[in-house]
Amino acid sequence: MSPNGEPMAVKDVVNVDTPSLAKNASKRRRAWNAFEKVSEGILFASAFIGVVTIILIFLFLFKEALPVLFDAKTAASLTASKWYPISQPPVFGLIPLIAGSLIVTVGAIVISVPLGVGAAIYLSMVASPMVREILKPTIEVLAGIPSVVLGFFGMAFLAPVVKSLFNLPTGLTALTGAITLALMALPTITSISEDAISSVPGKYMEAALSLGATRWQAIITVIVPAAFSGITASVMLGIGRAIGETMTVLMVTGNAGIIPDSFLVPVRTMTATIAAEMGEVARGSDHYHALFVVGAVLFIMTFIINLIADMVSRRMKEVE
Amino acid sequence: MSPKTQEKIAFHVLRAMTALIVLCLAVVLWDLFSKGFPALTWEFITENPKKGMTAGGIFPAIVGTFYLIVGTVLFALPVGVMTAVYLVEYARESWVTRVIRLAVVNLAGVPSVVFGLFGLGFFVLFLNFGASILAGSLTLALMVLPVIITTSEEALRAVPNGFREASLALGATKLQTILFIVLPNALPGIMTGSILGLARAAGETAPILLTAAAFFLPRLPNSIFDQVMALPYHLYVIATQVPNADEKIPYGTATVLMLLVLGLNLAAVLLRSYFRRLRKV
Repeated sequence: MSPNGEPMAVKDVVNVDTPSLAKNASKRRRAWNAFEKVSEGILFASAFIGVVTIILIFLFLFKEALPVLFDAKTAASLTASKWYPISQPPVFGLIPLIAGSLIVTVGAIVISVPLGVGAAIYLSMVASPMVREILKPTIEVLAGIPSVVLGFFGMAFLAPVVKSLFNLPTGLTALTGAITLALMALPTITSISEDAISSVPGKYMEAALSLGATRWQAIITVIVPAAFSGITASVMLGIGRAIGETMTVLMVTGNAGIIPDSFLVPVRTMTATIAAEMGEVARGSDHYHALFVVGAVLFIMTFIINLIADMVSRRMKEVE
Repeated sequence: MSPKTQEKIAFHVLRAMTALIVLCLAVVLWDLFSKGFPALTWEFITENPKKGMTAGGIFPAIVGTFYLIVGTVLFALPVGVMTAVYLVEYARESWVTRVIRLAVVNLAGVPSVVFGLFGLGFFVLFLNFGASILAGSLTLALMVLPVIITTSEEALRAVPNGFREASLALGATKLQTILFIVLPNALPGIMTGSILGLARAAGETAPILLTAAAFFLPRLPNSIFDQVMALPYHLYVIATQVPNADEKIPYGTATVLMLLVLGLNLAAVLLRSYFRRLRKV
């Protein structure tokens, strides 16, 4: 093979003019060297696109949110208990939206954490390897269902069930939203918890069993505590997924901008508010900027949740 | 109660929990597919929507989603792979790499609607692309970037170091080694990750809601600065804003979208297991 990777015929090798070949080779080598430097620069630049994006997202959200924050009248209305963006004067109370996001997220977590962690324990500790190989990807199919499709399922199938079950005027409630969000958070929680539990060294189980514990006692007192940070990380990621989810809640929670007093009333989340109203507002209006305030609050909340998840899972790696 | 009986009960409860999740999945799939498949006719796939979207087909939405996916790949794949190459092959552990990694992790956690807001503020208004395929693709690309980076990184790390050393020992430069040895060997993993990212982009609504999607546009786009219809947004529109639509249309749209997304996911899984088997031989 010649230096540039092309095969050489035998006669070329025999009649080769060695000094000029060496000169050519060194010329090529220099060209490659220059190319090496350039390409390393390009690679570094593209690696920085992610960083630039995060900074730009942050800057743009806050730049667009500032006019509302600095206007005394609109800023005062941010703490109101109503979101009435098109009344005169408009009221941009964030509390009902944050409360709406929290109630569906809490509902989703209450449903999905026990189920998800239970399934993770079953898959990693109880099920036979074959059952695990079939069930784990099956549950992960849930993660592949687009949120708008789950939202449609929630509207068309779940809402009528909730409505008749609790005898409500509408099936589009916080509970319906919580159930559909739980379906979205479940694969995240199950899959990551399963990884965490499976990665607990086998000798932990053996030691517990040799001390006379049953498998269940060993799981509850040794294995799950050992995998606790991984399980916590999975729950945090599930919360992040649920609180940031847009289309499902937009379609199934009924979107009433009031502070919810139970799971059986319609609520309006931060994400749904942005998605539903941004299409219709005038660019540059107070309402437009207020929606960016909502986006900024949402961004900060998910940022903190993900940071906690990241810290917890890093601690887990250090323990290992 | 003896510990043995406790264990029996506990395991039954765990089994029931797992079964419940699988049951939920089965109900979702059964409800969508049993009502969606009868709607899938040749006309439904190849015709424009008619009568205010209460009848007809979804052809423009299928084409629009296809354009958006292609645009997303064109932006996200090169940037994602180059980032991964930098992180694995070049970067030394320093605060710079820590910042890059932190950004990628956080980017993965940004809610899709926030990407939509950012796309609206930056691509649509600030760069003045308007609501268009270009703005939508770029927004989706930023959203799937973390998926592609993370999976490509894993794929690159899985290439044995001996391959690199052998190549360098033969006199190849670092870049030659990466281009001709490392990347070809990491290709299956990179492809798997990219397809998973695409599947996600294909199903997302919130990012394109504000940056690309048209409510109703009964023609195909002419350029990358045109708005498009897209399957997920179309499903949202007919499910929530066209009250008298035939039930078949939303179910049919949902089924087409599911087949596309689950098909892509399945392709990724099959590809991975195929290459894994190939490597073992």
